[in-house]
Amino acid sequence: MKHLLTPRAILLASALAIAPAAYAETPADTLVVAATIDDIITLDPAQAFEFSGIDVTINLYDRLVDFDPMDLEAGFQPSLAESWEVSEDGKSITFTIRDGATFHSGNPVRAEDAAWSLQRVVKLNKTPAFILTQFGFTPENVEEKITFEGNKLTLNLDKPYAQSFVLNCLTAGVASILDKEAVMANAEGEDMGNAWLSTNAAGSGAYTLGGWRANEAVQLAANEDYWQGAPEMKRVVIRNVAESSAQRLLLEQGDIDVARDLTPTDVDAVREVDGLKIQEEPKGRILYMGLNQKDELLSNPAVIEAMKHLVDYEGISDSFLKGIFVPHQSFLPKGYLGALDENPWTYDVEKAKQILADAGVEGGTITTKIRDLREYIDVAQTLQASMAEAGLTLEIEQMTGAQVLDAYRAREVPIFLGEWGPDYSDPNTNAATFAFNPDNSDEAQATGLLAWRNAYAVPEEMGAATEAATLEQDSEKRAEMYKDIQRQYQEEAPIIPLFIRVANTGLQENVENWTSGGTVTNAMYRSVTKGE
Amino acid sequence: MIDANKDGSGQGQTPPASASDRRAGRNRRLRGIAGTLLSLALTLLGLLLVTFIIGRVMPIDPVLKVVGDRATQAQYDAVYQAMGLDQPLVVQFFRYLTEVVTGDFGRSISTGQPVIEDIKRVFPATLELASLGTLIGVSIGVPLGVIAAARRGGIIDQIARVVALVGYSMPIFWLGLMGLLLFYGILGWVGGPGRQGIIYDGMVPHVTGMILVDSLIAGDWAAFQDAFSHIILPASLLGYFSLAYISRMTRSFMLEQLSAEYITTARVKGLSERAVIWRHAFRNISIPLVTVIALSFGSLLEGSVLTEIIFSWPGLGQYITKTLLAGDMNAVLGGTVVVGVCFIGLNLLSDLLYRVLDPRSK
Repeated sequence: MKHLLTPRAILLASALAIAPAAYAETPADTLVVAATIDDIITLDPAQAFEFSGIDVTINLYDRLVDFDPMDLEAGFQPSLAESWEVSEDGKSITFTIRDGATFHSGNPVRAEDAAWSLQRVVKLNKTPAFILTQFGFTPENVEEKITFEGNKLTLNLDKPYAQSFVLNCLTAGVASILDKEAVMANAEGEDMGNAWLSTNAAGSGAYTLGGWRANEAVQLAANEDYWQGAPEMKRVVIRNVAESSAQRLLLEQGDIDVARDLTPTDVDAVREVDGLKIQEEPKGRILYMGLNQKDELLSNPAVIEAMKHLVDYEGISDSFLKGIFVPHQSFLPKGYLGALDENPWTYDVEKAKQILADAGVEGGTITTKIRDLREYIDVAQTLQASMAEAGLTLEIEQMTGAQVLDAYRAREVPIFLGEWGPDYSDPNTNAATFAFNPDNSDEAQATGLLAWRNAYAVPEEMGAATEAATLEQDSEKRAEMYKDIQRQYQEEAPIIPLFIRVANTGLQENVENWTSGGTVTNAMYRSVTKGE
Repeated sequence: MIDANKDGSGQGQTPPASASDRRAGRNRRLRGIAGTLLSLALTLLGLLLVTFIIGRVMPIDPVLKVVGDRATQAQYDAVYQAMGLDQPLVVQFFRYLTEVVTGDFGRSISTGQPVIEDIKRVFPATLELASLGTLIGVSIGVPLGVIAAARRGGIIDQIARVVALVGYSMPIFWLGLMGLLLFYGILGWVGGPGRQGIIYDGMVPHVTGMILVDSLIAGDWAAFQDAFSHIILPASLLGYFSLAYISRMTRSFMLEQLSAEYITTARVKGLSERAVIWRHAFRNISIPLVTVIALSFGSLLEGSVLTEIIFSWPGLGQYITKTLLAGDMNAVLGGTVVVGVCFIGLNLLSDLLYRVLDPRSK
């Protein structure tokens, strides 16, 4: 032991400690992304429903219809299906599968693979399955409802749904088309390859899976035989880096090309650095306030109305939420069919006081649970201050996200602050959860519906309108229907949309054509290029 | 062997012959090992039980982590049953124990992987970091403590005290971030967060999982340099915290020895101060010091959570924290077993070293 402790050894150790590092610039054909990806629990498209998981699968698999990463506004485009036809009664859609597309295994993409992939989702019935089962598919009937012949695939729906509704749903990650042969060769028991696909992939997408180490990294390799042409980035590495400041340092040092989770402070700092840029994109996630109708005070329409005027929309989005949220007071994000760009409420404590006084509400105390995340706590505290001015007391209990969510699903959170992201790119995704609640009883256990979680008994005509909008074939009319629903919603609903999230991505200046997916989809890497 | 008779209280009768004497000695040693193993098993069992109960009373719903926010009640119920949560606690615990005995720690719900696979991946990362951290802590902390004691009140003693004080009071995440900013961001002397630069990611064949070791085995000097440039900063940070503890303990052990009579005797005999300190006093403190170092190593193994988060170090500390917050009990219990086994192992090891180092035990 003695020789370890000589002054020479110490000198040697400290010399080693300051030895210059071997530097690694990112190679020209590799895209290196830093992001928080510890939410991935599986890469099976039938099951993956976390942000980071879908970000990966969307690049490994193709769907029947898909977005063009360079033109998200254009909506769904032909992909593995080169065309489609709707039957006269509007209840079935027949897709023609494109020739010449192959899976990563080399197998051709067939209508049979497509039919099997969609059937598989329904049979496995994991969380995202509802995106497909809402068209009347059940594990029992799905083999008759989703059929194929030659290169044609037919979906037989239970109602004449709007074509846009069905096709929008088919752009979702859950509707990915899998290589049936490759998956079934790795199936265990009745799992249809579910276990194997959690860490493997069998798609036809622009990238193949190099590997996934949980909480660490995902590696993708370019599919050189991709039917839309090989992507320019031969390798994509997504590193799990949880700290915004660490992401910023990595970006500044040139060790990464993309930083996806920068805080407002770091965004400002990155803007100032030569050779770096910030790309702002609206995301679909809406920060809203749910007023639980089981609470006597909060079910008073005057209190609901007053609360809309007690949120300092501009103040909050100009200060601590700067750059990551902007005010947004309707339940559809921009970019969706029928999105309403009207913000009727303003921060006005006097008005709120007047409303409460007119209704004879004299004070009151609400104790609520808030997720212990800086953003939410800050919003809650601002709300607390303005509520106090109007004579209402807000008491805040801080809890972990999982705890609050648990209580929320049990309808036990009086004032809920949280975000809701769309599940697929059709307006029905948010309409059906914010403005639809056919059975408001505790027994209904409709935990998936925000309206139910807040015990909001949606008026019958609003629920009916939401259903009717899914059947309207005329897209313009359909858009108007959603606008009407949102206006009525703004009038009376106790679930109040407040802000919408903005993605601030830090990029090296030479990174072009990056997209985080906008409000409608996920990050797609096949269009990304790196200049000199 | 003769000594063995003296404290052979369990023997009942005095063995007449040397053959049975040896047998008795062997039996006792075997019983000693059995006893150690039994207490080891009981400690682990207790650890698991406590962790299990904490996990179950924690107000976090593990099912939600699996099915997500959007699941229907039917999907929720299916997973609830599949996870065995509908069973009584005793049944759940017993079932878990039977699985653990067969080496099956179940599947983690936060990563979707078998817990044993996760641990195989994250443990070497932490082991590598903690080992280097302890090495740094010992190689600086011990001499610092010794010198501080020898020149009590002198400049080095003052420095040691400040170093220890700062080490105790400085928040580790702040120090870590500042270190990153300075040595990586501004000076560019070390690698950034993560265990390796991107281009080396997955390049070194996996043998031990410790990249420094693996790259040496592979003879890949560039990969070794890269890994070293990434580990040196977090390891120094951990080393600093362990050195603050080790130097303080060394100093107080040393002061105690230096005031002992035998030291005065040695000095009177005309031994050089250097010989007095290193040959006599240090020799005696090396025994309790081993325990201090083992404990400090153990606490680095489980306590490097913040360091791992700041440096995006995919290790055990990060793993246990994340899985705990997700209510992912299989993963937490698996991680706990590993940490528990390490602590028990370190205790055994320091016991063993005690015997080797302590002349009285010979």
